[in-house]
Amino acid sequence: MPNTQELQDLTTQVRRDLLRMVHKVNSGHPGGSLGCAEFLVTLYNEIMDLKPGFDMDGIDEDVFFLSNGHISPVFYSVLARRGYFPVEELSTFRLLNSRLQGHPTTHEGLPGIRMASGSLGQGLSVAIGAAQVKKMNNDSKLVYCLTGDGELQEGQNWEALMYASAKGVDNLIATVDLNGKQIDGPTDEVLNMGSVKAKFEAFGWTVLELKEGNNIEALIETLNKAKGLTGNGKPICILMETEMGNGVDFMMGTHHWHGMAPNDDQLADALAQNKETLGDY
Amino acid sequence: MKEYTYTEKKDTRSGFGAGLAELGRTNPNVVALCADLTPSLKMGEFIKENPERFFQVGIAEANMMGMAAGMTIGGKIPFAGTFANFATGRVYDQIRQSIAYSGKNVKICASHAGLTLGEDGATHQILEDIGLMKMLPGMVVINPCDYNQTKAATIAIAEHNGPVYLRFGRPSVPIFTPADQKFEIGKAIQLQEGSDVTIIATGHLVWEALEAAKTLNDKGISADVINIHTIKPLDEEAIINSVKKTGCVVTAEEHNILGGLGESVARTLATNLPAPQEFIGTKDTFGESGTPAQLMEKYELNAEAIVKASEKVISRK
Repeated sequence: MPNTQELQDLTTQVRRDLLRMVHKVNSGHPGGSLGCAEFLVTLYNEIMDLKPGFDMDGIDEDVFFLSNGHISPVFYSVLARRGYFPVEELSTFRLLNSRLQGHPTTHEGLPGIRMASGSLGQGLSVAIGAAQVKKMNNDSKLVYCLTGDGELQEGQNWEALMYASAKGVDNLIATVDLNGKQIDGPTDEVLNMGSVKAKFEAFGWTVLELKEGNNIEALIETLNKAKGLTGNGKPICILMETEMGNGVDFMMGTHHWHGMAPNDDQLADALAQNKETLGDY
Repeated sequence: MKEYTYTEKKDTRSGFGAGLAELGRTNPNVVALCADLTPSLKMGEFIKENPERFFQVGIAEANMMGMAAGMTIGGKIPFAGTFANFATGRVYDQIRQSIAYSGKNVKICASHAGLTLGEDGATHQILEDIGLMKMLPGMVVINPCDYNQTKAATIAIAEHNGPVYLRFGRPSVPIFTPADQKFEIGKAIQLQEGSDVTIIATGHLVWEALEAAKTLNDKGISADVINIHTIKPLDEEAIINSVKKTGCVVTAEEHNILGGLGESVARTLATNLPAPQEFIGTKDTFGESGTPAQLMEKYELNAEAIVKASEKVISRK
């Protein structure tokens, strides 16, 4: 099990990967990717119980679903660095004939991906289905899911939330990336959702609040706490506050970098803030 | 000319229910989901015998389709059932991304399709679902014609690894296909051999096509009648071989002529064997309230309409 410094180094390398990926093709979504780098690195390298290799059914291992598929750059980097596919393949992101499509897909057979996502609001339902089947299979491993906060504006989420508590889907840990930003601006301005915590609780979920979603130690603590709460008859949610663009000073504090790639100078600046730790792809 | 008779009429949705119940006994991986319409979809027997394999999702079809997709992960074969309108149009993007594009082994089971839903009216009478589903890459689209065929199709699709749209209906229609039939996805069934006109029908219109063929026979017109239960993948060979004999075709379906079986047949013929074609289907319109028989007459989806279309298409040869 890696120590937090190793996870931090991996996070820095993941940031470099994703910045270089979006820069190369001048497209993709670096802001939310940077905000969730610590989460995905921690999840895949510290929290989840994973089998070697990849098979679609994921029996007797934890499985994860990315609902906000536009943060594919960070997902691909974390998967590659975890050994699901060669890190060199990150250089094909968004290119013709690549397995690394703009948004994640099973269609090209990329190991590590179990569901296409990108059209928002669908991942939680999928995760619930997979969690129900784990119970049917007497598989004690867990299902994880990440959604964005703006994504909660999609109504399907609330169907899923209702179902999960009504049916006691308690082998599921859903994390919401509360970065407070979406394409058209701050989430509170685009469509103020009020208290997300109160809403999840009203829907019968156990809610954990994580104020430091970019802090690896805090992530480990909260995710472990969430694991400890599984099996108690209620679905579990982590409301994870993150900084969009985290780790690159000029990308933080704004929604500008949601779906915008850095130019050459900006990339150089961003990489200078994140020195190579594990070797670039 | 072959004689087709029936001793009983039954709804195709009951064929689905019977097929699902049999799958419950024979295939432990089959699970079922429903969005608050279990009596309408005749799912009671499966639920009674396999309560642990049934998932009631409430009136939340989007969540149901997403859950069904997720349930394939871990090896289950989900049969997700609701009315055809809510099984397609309402959840098109969920099906597109989470099921079709993700290549998931989900069976979308759609009842009350078409005008024959009857009195509930146009809000529930979807006439666009075949088009919506056949346009999705990898989606198999099946519209069986009677109770026996629907039961056989339900059982057969469990053996097909991939997404399937199974369309069936509410009204009682003659049971004229054999109870012991083997259902082969994508394989057309030749019901009558003829030389003057090909009639290609799907779903509830197949019986009407047989009735039309009798009338045509009385008029000295010999009709080749083909039951296309699988609209996708389409049995192009059967269509081409028939039209080679007859030189013209009438297609018949309880669906909008835009996007349905007729257009698939037209594309097949246009690229292989251009031939005059007439389309029996709704003419880019919504339905309305009425009894199934009244509606099928008003919208010209019956044997009489098929006879007229056959005479017309023969005159265009």
